[in-house]
Amino acid sequence: MTRARPATKVLVYAVLLVGAAITITPFVSMVSTSFKPQAFVLELPPQLIPEEPTVGNYTRAWTSNGFARYFLNSAIIAAAHVIGVLGLGSMMAYAFARFEFVGKKVMFYALIITLMIPGMMLIIPQFLLARDLSLIDTRLGLVLFYIAAQLAFVTFLLRGFFESVPRELEEAMRVDGAGAWRIYWNLMLPLSRPALATAGIFAFLFAWDEFIWALTIINDPDLRTLPIGIALFQGQHATAWGLVFAASIIAITPVLIVFVVFQRHFVSGLQAGAVKG
Amino acid sequence: MTAPATGTRPAGTSPHGRVAGPVTPARSRLTARATPYVFLLPGMALFIGLMLYPMVQAFRMSLYEWNILPGAVSQFVGLANYGRAFDDPVFWTALVNSTVYMLVTVPTQMALGMGIAVLLNQAIRGRVAFRVLFYLPVVTSWVVVSLLFKYLFNSQAGLVNYVLVDLLGVLGSPVAWLQNRWTALATISLLGIWKGMGWSMLIFLAGLQGIPADLLEAAEVDGASTARRFFAITLPLLRPVVVFVTIMLVIGGFNVFISVFLITGGGPANQTEVLLTQMYEQAFSFLDFGYGAAIAYLLTALIFGLSFIQMRWFDYGEETAA
Repeated sequence: MTRARPATKVLVYAVLLVGAAITITPFVSMVSTSFKPQAFVLELPPQLIPEEPTVGNYTRAWTSNGFARYFLNSAIIAAAHVIGVLGLGSMMAYAFARFEFVGKKVMFYALIITLMIPGMMLIIPQFLLARDLSLIDTRLGLVLFYIAAQLAFVTFLLRGFFESVPRELEEAMRVDGAGAWRIYWNLMLPLSRPALATAGIFAFLFAWDEFIWALTIINDPDLRTLPIGIALFQGQHATAWGLVFAASIIAITPVLIVFVVFQRHFVSGLQAGAVKG
Repeated sequence: MTAPATGTRPAGTSPHGRVAGPVTPARSRLTARATPYVFLLPGMALFIGLMLYPMVQAFRMSLYEWNILPGAVSQFVGLANYGRAFDDPVFWTALVNSTVYMLVTVPTQMALGMGIAVLLNQAIRGRVAFRVLFYLPVVTSWVVVSLLFKYLFNSQAGLVNYVLVDLLGVLGSPVAWLQNRWTALATISLLGIWKGMGWSMLIFLAGLQGIPADLLEAAEVDGASTARRFFAITLPLLRPVVVFVTIMLVIGGFNVFISVFLITGGGPANQTEVLLTQMYEQAFSFLDFGYGAAIAYLLTALIFGLSFIQMRWFDYGEETAA
């Protein structure tokens, strides 16, 4: 970090404030519109503070189209995904961080490659696979493919942290008779709580926001997730923007809470993972 | 998964076989060999089954006139699906659009991200607040922001037209942003920049914080200007980070899908189609899975090729290798 002269400081603030204002404008517009009755959503000139503010869009969004159900579905799927991908990913990360074994390099590169390919590239064969495994229109079909998709990322993130755990601690435990499972469970996982939190946050965001796979394999209205629900609002009521944005705001609220509360974790974890490459 | 825990193992028979155990050497060595695989098994099974197998399967499918009915016989057509892509004007439109999107969004995101990172890398009040704010679009769902931009760029009464026509008077009359190829692509690119900028900012900021302040201060004492310090010290030291961000953003640029899918749907008349929307449409609207798979593979080849060239070009991998 560097210190700046007062004159420079004013300029820095000015630029940052203008940038921040531009960045935030779309959000402001979204919030404002979500409180407008339908008659005012495309008014000219657009009013920042709605003339006749209403929470009607929120109550209508929540009660119509099974939106509350979509919310619950997203919560269930995100929770299952976070637990699954952290469990499997941390086990793999431990193996990669602490063991030498035949096939390590091959597996490692196989994982790396999938980090580089577009996730959507596999959607065609994955769809047919899901159909053959009777996973279409199931929550399991969403969760299993989400875990598979994020496993490489989580493994790399955690492996980095596991490698930084001093080996002496492990040796000490081993002298006391601890096996690999106990070292993994009682040493690696507790010491890596910040990394697990980071990976967990990314996993939550991924599952909560995922759109394409859910759109592709879910037809049953009872199993829809939030992103599908929001996109449908737009399709059904072509210009019911107040409703669309009220639904959007309900959907992104948990994300914002997670983001603001875990902000520090989030930033430091991303940085550790990213700078390492 | 197998045995729950080996914690009850007697001392001296480490599963790693590193601490030489006096008893049952053969058995413990076998367990030691098996241990990493036991940890890997559930994850790798899922990974191989749901990621690697589809990757191979996609290539196989691209060589067939794929019949999606279960048990039906598909006709092998060799490279015909690939040949078809090269004769398909929509494929070329999509390729050009994806490339333009990448070329516009990548440098802009990097420049803006770097600019903000440099400004935020100073002892000023509200750093955290600014950082959160600039990162906000990154954590907001693509579905939400796509619909939001569709609303803002609405031709009748969108905020953008209002600002440009009524407030600033830059334009004489409202523009139908989403009804024309290039203005629609401009809208989608702008969305990509707005949403992605915070990501590069955060990564650059992390990199900047790793640069020792005394290095820059020494240069300042020697009379180096701000610009010179940036280009002579900061940027070279940030090189690995810059390369990483470039590679990731190029991949991300070709990954553009949801925004196009929801904002224009590839229209009007396939004018704003990108590679992934075309692939999705071929597969799930026209059930032409073989052709869709071929497009997916062409895109993957393009991304791998570009990543490889960039890594070579930047000599990447040496210092940051896993």
